[in-house]
Amino acid sequence: MKMKTLAQDNLHHRRRQAVSRLAYLLCALSAVIAMVPLILILAYVVFKGIGALNIDFLTRLPAPVGETGGGMGNAIIGSLMLIGIAAAFGLPLGVLAGVFLAEYRSPRLSWVVRLLSDILSGVPSIIVGVFVYTVLVLTMKRFSALAGGVALAVLMLPTVARTTEEMLRMVPDALREASLALGIPRWRTIVSIVIKTAGGGILTGIMLALARIAGETAPLLFTALSSRTWPRGLDQPVASLPVQIYTYAISPYKDWHQQAWAGSLVLVLMVLILSVGSKLYFGRKIKPAR
Amino acid sequence: MAGSITTNNLSASFGDIRAVEGISIEIPANKVTALIGPSGCGKSTFLRCLNRMHELVPGAHASGEVIWDGKNIYAPEMDATAVRRGIGMVFQKPNPFPLMSVADNVSAGLRLAGVRKNKAAMEEIIERSLRMAALWDEVKNKLGKPGGSLSGGQQQRLCIARALAVEPDVILMDEPCSALDPASTQKIEDTIEELKSDYTIVIVTHNMQQAARVSDFTGFLLTRESGEPGRLVEHGTTSKIFTMPDRKETENYITGRFG
Amino acid sequence: MMSLVAQLRGKLAVKAKPARGKLGDPVFSGLVFLAAFSIIILMALMVYKLAQVAMPSIREFGLGFISSSEWDPVKEVFGAEPFIYGTIVSSLLALIMAVPLSLGIAIFLSQFAPRWLQSPLGFVVELLAAIPSVVYGLWGIFVLAPFLGRTVEPFLSDHLGFIPIFAGPVYGVGLFAASVVLAIMILPTISAISRESMRNAPREQKEAAQALGATPWETVRIAVLPLARPGIIGAVILGLGRALGETMAVTMLIGNRPEISASIFAPAYSIASVIANEFAEVTAGLHMAALVELALILLVITLLLNLLARLLVQKTGSRALRKGGR
Repeated sequence: MKMKTLAQDNLHHRRRQAVSRLAYLLCALSAVIAMVPLILILAYVVFKGIGALNIDFLTRLPAPVGETGGGMGNAIIGSLMLIGIAAAFGLPLGVLAGVFLAEYRSPRLSWVVRLLSDILSGVPSIIVGVFVYTVLVLTMKRFSALAGGVALAVLMLPTVARTTEEMLRMVPDALREASLALGIPRWRTIVSIVIKTAGGGILTGIMLALARIAGETAPLLFTALSSRTWPRGLDQPVASLPVQIYTYAISPYKDWHQQAWAGSLVLVLMVLILSVGSKLYFGRKIKPAR
Repeated sequence: MAGSITTNNLSASFGDIRAVEGISIEIPANKVTALIGPSGCGKSTFLRCLNRMHELVPGAHASGEVIWDGKNIYAPEMDATAVRRGIGMVFQKPNPFPLMSVADNVSAGLRLAGVRKNKAAMEEIIERSLRMAALWDEVKNKLGKPGGSLSGGQQQRLCIARALAVEPDVILMDEPCSALDPASTQKIEDTIEELKSDYTIVIVTHNMQQAARVSDFTGFLLTRESGEPGRLVEHGTTSKIFTMPDRKETENYITGRFG
Repeated sequence: MMSLVAQLRGKLAVKAKPARGKLGDPVFSGLVFLAAFSIIILMALMVYKLAQVAMPSIREFGLGFISSSEWDPVKEVFGAEPFIYGTIVSSLLALIMAVPLSLGIAIFLSQFAPRWLQSPLGFVVELLAAIPSVVYGLWGIFVLAPFLGRTVEPFLSDHLGFIPIFAGPVYGVGLFAASVVLAIMILPTISAISRESMRNAPREQKEAAQALGATPWETVRIAVLPLARPGIIGAVILGLGRALGETMAVTMLIGNRPEISASIFAPAYSIASVIANEFAEVTAGLHMAALVELALILLVITLLLNLLARLLVQKTGSRALRKGGR
């Protein structure tokens, strides 16, 4: 009788162990499966893109329809221009909003701003495009680099605000006190002591935000539109790398498909350098700042 | 000649909780006044009221008067920033600015408050402040090193130098040695001794021997029951408080008997 | 005798006086509050502007907009049903594929994986989130869709074709291909946030379970998953929100045909895709109003989902939310 119970126990125990091992295996397998598309996408982008990547591609205007050759030089410059406009609006606003969240203790307003900024970061980017269209394109009566840049600025605002807040919170209160006790005004304390101390982390957040908007396509489709010339001014439509990749990808021409892959390679490199670079920089920088 | 501080019926609270109540004390110029009492009696809170640092804590509030140099620092026309420049503070844990060099730490108060000086004048101030804090000889060859690279005791003296550089009148010290080893403590105490001929010093300490060693006057704060605010039980010359206090509570505390 | 300090002090230059006025603080505070308010104003303005521009369409079609399936810019008749259908079905299919995988990854990364593997592996999964949507679309068109059309779809159609959703011709491009890419794209969002919630499970609970002789999997089930549940649900909702609004990859893969078919292999259309395709060409009038009304519907849905998710995840105090944001 007793023997049987023991055997049963043993069996039960072994079954539990087996279930546990199976669960472990399935979880590990999920992680492996997740890596398959990443590796495939990166591999395709590199191998298909590198063939069409050359100096012409990086520096020339697109060739007229039907002709081969040409490049995405204007789209690369256009993208940089759009990112620049976005940064000009988004960075100061985002950093200052982050300062508000971390340094100004007005609980109710902070709660609202924090929640809204989190929600804003979940608004689909194409909606932001439609919004900027109704505000800027309709009133200016034209597609423009400015509208595209503003759309991207709206997209980066919540990321910059929240990472800035988080980084400022990591600065110990002792430093704020030390500074205020020296009779340094509050704004000076925030700018020269608190923000400076959190600088590395804030920079990382900024780079991540820039990486994210660099690849955005949807909000540009009907704000910056596109162009087959070099950028001609803030109030003119401008080409961008992501939109150019999209246009070429859905076109019927083999040559353009090639260029879409090459454009993707450039875009992915840009994005990865920004996000991986910031990550490595951050990992090194954050320690000495305590 | 430094200024004296007089408080009249000073109370401080955090939200609805009273931390200290009804404190009236005279802190004479060019002397070291020690504030002692069991932990939680509100001595640090009281100290932070003396240069309006208390109000920086969200929800914190102070009432009553603090007369410094003939003026109530809580009067509406007084600027908290100006008050803090005149009444400096050294904290429990050394808190040098981690990304600044030793020299920049010392000059930070002047630079960031917008005082413009030429390089030579600034260097002179840095050297003098460090000499006054008895740190110059140890750091004169590493002025460019980050402030965080010094030892704990050196960091605390750097913080003293940093406070001295803005030319305050009064220096408040909130348990300045509690995070330090005995040798460093000795150095800080020597520095306090040096400084008192030119500054009015108020030091909060939980260490009675330290109070007895460095101070000329002593105030004793106590919370009668938990939940009650801390009050000033008595104050007087240090020798009197430590040898023949008027109050039974003081004697109990001094001799190590509570209650 | 004069002390050293007194000597030194006597020589000190002019007593330092504040060189600047007291304007700095109010000006800086003003700027800071302005920036904070800009976020509130932006959100309010967004809802207001979309509603304003969509108004002609809302007036014209009323609730029928949602249930009608005719979309004809020439006749100026607009019904959103196929787009709403395509958006919801593609997102739900993506969730069905992504949620089990993401939870597996999250459990593996937060509980099972050896310490040295945790952060590089987590980093690799995060990289998936860094790849731009248009690149997913490009890869989808030229690699994934042909592959699905050649292998997976015929297989499912041959063996499970008696079920209507797997019946019908296979094209490669269609609802199914869009969902697969969506699943890959929301995987990092869901796994990062659930992983963070699982990490916050108190160690005491785990140790208590282990001390009772629980196996590693039982420990996860007893001591980790229950506490992480609100965070996991929040993560799934955020993933859903992201899938609903995803534009480029879906536009390139869903087939862009405003039809409702039983089969998941058939082409379909989504709200974001029709906006992407038609908005730049539209001039004014009812067509634009209808497109903006679609945007408004999408905005309101994602706002509500995000609100719900944030409130849920706040409970488990996840910091990964922002990272997995879009």
